[in-house]
Amino acid sequence: MAGPRVIIIGAGPAGVRCAETLVAAGIRPTIIDEGRRDGGQIYRRQPDNFTRSYSTLYGTEAAKAAVLHSCFDALRERVDYLPETLVWNISERVVYALRLGKLVELPFDALVLCTGATDRLMPVKGWNFAGTYSLGGAQVALKSQACAIGRRTAFIGTGPLLYLVAAQYLKAGAGVAAVLDTSPWSLRLAALPKLLAMPRALFNGMALTLALRRAGVPMYNGVTPLEITGSGEGGVSGLSFKDARGQAHSLACDAVALGYHLRPETQLADLARCEFQFDAATRQWLPRIDPDGRSSVHGVYLAGDGARILGANAAEASGRLAALAVLKDSGHPVETDVVDGQRRILARLERFAQGLRQSFPWPAHFAANLPDDAVVCRCEAVTVGELRRVVAQTGATESNRAKAFSRVGMGRCQGRYCGNAAAEIIAHAADVPIDQVGRLRGQAPVKPLPIAIAEDGA
Amino acid sequence: MTAASDVIIIGAGIAGSAAAFFLRQRGCSVTLIERGLAGQQASGVNFGNVRRQGRRLEHLALSNRASVSWRRMRELVGEDIEYIQEGHIRICYRDRPELLDNFAEYAGEARVRGLELEIVTGTALRQRFPFFGPDVLGGSYSALDGHANPRLVAPAFARAAKRNGAEVIENCEILQVEKAGEDFLASAADGRRFHAPILLVTAGAWGNRFSTQFGEPVPLVSHGPTMCVTEPVPYSIRCAVGVVTPVKEEDLYFRQIPRGNIIIGGGPRNPSYPDLCRAYVMPRNTLNQFKQLRRLAPELTRLNILRVWSGVEGYFPDEQPVMGPSRTTSGLYYAFGFSGGGFQLGPGVGDVMAELIATGQTTTPIDMFDIGRPALSATA
Repeated sequence: MAGPRVIIIGAGPAGVRCAETLVAAGIRPTIIDEGRRDGGQIYRRQPDNFTRSYSTLYGTEAAKAAVLHSCFDALRERVDYLPETLVWNISERVVYALRLGKLVELPFDALVLCTGATDRLMPVKGWNFAGTYSLGGAQVALKSQACAIGRRTAFIGTGPLLYLVAAQYLKAGAGVAAVLDTSPWSLRLAALPKLLAMPRALFNGMALTLALRRAGVPMYNGVTPLEITGSGEGGVSGLSFKDARGQAHSLACDAVALGYHLRPETQLADLARCEFQFDAATRQWLPRIDPDGRSSVHGVYLAGDGARILGANAAEASGRLAALAVLKDSGHPVETDVVDGQRRILARLERFAQGLRQSFPWPAHFAANLPDDAVVCRCEAVTVGELRRVVAQTGATESNRAKAFSRVGMGRCQGRYCGNAAAEIIAHAADVPIDQVGRLRGQAPVKPLPIAIAEDGA
Repeated sequence: MTAASDVIIIGAGIAGSAAAFFLRQRGCSVTLIERGLAGQQASGVNFGNVRRQGRRLEHLALSNRASVSWRRMRELVGEDIEYIQEGHIRICYRDRPELLDNFAEYAGEARVRGLELEIVTGTALRQRFPFFGPDVLGGSYSALDGHANPRLVAPAFARAAKRNGAEVIENCEILQVEKAGEDFLASAADGRRFHAPILLVTAGAWGNRFSTQFGEPVPLVSHGPTMCVTEPVPYSIRCAVGVVTPVKEEDLYFRQIPRGNIIIGGGPRNPSYPDLCRAYVMPRNTLNQFKQLRRLAPELTRLNILRVWSGVEGYFPDEQPVMGPSRTTSGLYYAFGFSGGGFQLGPGVGDVMAELIATGQTTTPIDMFDIGRPALSATA
């Protein structure tokens, strides 16, 4: 008897545990992944000919990375694995993908989206100069290719990744100009009870901070970014900011790594027509899911940071839960206590994630103070002032409307990197609550799609 | 509570917004009511062709009238709607040489009706339009046509109408319309009521909902166009381009905007859902466009597309709109169901409907668009 055709998109911790659970029940899932190798972003595997050790690559997470990689390696013969494959559309229960320049169409009965997260970004004047990367981008360069984004990199923003990537750069021997956190220390203290849900993670985070301090890296909390200085030709040359007491500082650097915690990559859920709901805690729209990851669309499931920013451990639990939901919904026996166990793990990690959100909040209030000449949409080169003008003159108070008139979010990234910030700018300029600004609707292709793919006939 | 004016317009697409604008110019008080936001449906998601050539000869008078407005657009609405009057070329492929004869015949007929067209073939075609593939045989070029940004036009008309004194009400869905005594009464989902001695329905793919309430159901269906846009590349293709072919799969058109992006449309239509105000591009239709582009302009296949989109467009079986007075109810007027061809006509439709409402007649013939025409009753 043929089992349900299950497609998992994403071979990070959620996707791998989802596949493992399905294989254990006798199903052969298809795993599609954009990456060249499995592991996702956090447990990204280096190219074959690279020889760095697990502890060099993953630090305190080395053991978990090794377990997940060997889990995947053991599954390889029992799954259909499509690496380097970009899913560009989902329609009528078929996944449309681009694999090594060729089109692939894969029908499914169940689809599990484990699409992970990218950095949540707030513009700063000058962030369009070459040499400004997201924190995640800076980390990918290091993890995958053993490259730094600059000789002297300033790290600015907030969230655990700020300290992790800065510490990884330090350890790799790359210059760290400063670590500038927009969140004040007091929030971390207040969040301590929730952070204690994961004492080891808390300890690891503190150890990173300590290592940076010991190395003499300038560190500030509660900062306000002012400007990334530089030129179109020469790229980034420096960064200025205000410290918590309002004192202005400037420092020299040739690269900036920027990020304000993470945002789920939800475009595929959008193309699958999943319903979204506004999450007041993070001020963003998230796909609506039940505790096990069922979306509003029958047969479409979500797991990992692509659904909720809960981290890698939670991704493993939610990947298993989504697989159990797929099994249950397709008539396989599922033991209730197994489900309950994973749900309990998820609940504890949810508490820790709340602590992180509380410690490292999205600085929505920065949007109001951005200068008019700062660029908000880098793809289309639209300034904050232009977006404000459109809001004031046309009365566009909804994201898609403002996009139609201003081009914000129309470019290569389709608003994945500017959408959150643009919504805050619109909300402030129009004086409407952020939830009323709505969200940019996802449109295919998720990433730029070469027209030449139709070469062999479509 | 009810609000009163001379004319109620239901639907702030390009036709309704332009009608509100031109009615204000004629001194009528206007209430323009829109369920969502002005120009959000077919008027905003279409390709943006400002094209006269290729339309039926009997439609050219209306199209020419619209063309006059397009050329004065900045003056009329007081803002830039990105109208680019750099010409429009329709081409045919080598396997259908007879179409070239059709182009020449059409050009002769069009000239009599005030539209100058030039047939371009051979070396001249290659030199002036070097991006065409070798399979392109020849084309018909219209210098005084072009393209514009559809997202901007209807909202610009609505804002200009508002500045000139029209009441523009967005996010207000009219559910029921009736004639009570001398006045029409329009009742909204939120409880608001509007009355006026004249009602103009410019509700696009949803027009039938209102005509039916006056005993005039029409066979209006909806489809979604297939659209996509490439990444920006240096601005070099100024004119809008389209293919003439009897084969739906071969239908393709594109235009480049000064920002550099190339907007591509055409081919089989997509399912659309008027109740959801949504239409979705079928992936195979996007891939068909890629394939067709290789034949039409092979160099463009080196680009990436960034985005696809569609929208809800209303079509009649004879692909002509309903435009003119109601047959059942005096004071009631219609202009909807432009069957994928309403963008260029829009300003002319608004102008003509304003003239018709204000003076009782119009200098531009629109009889063929009558709601009572046989093509509509036969299948209704």
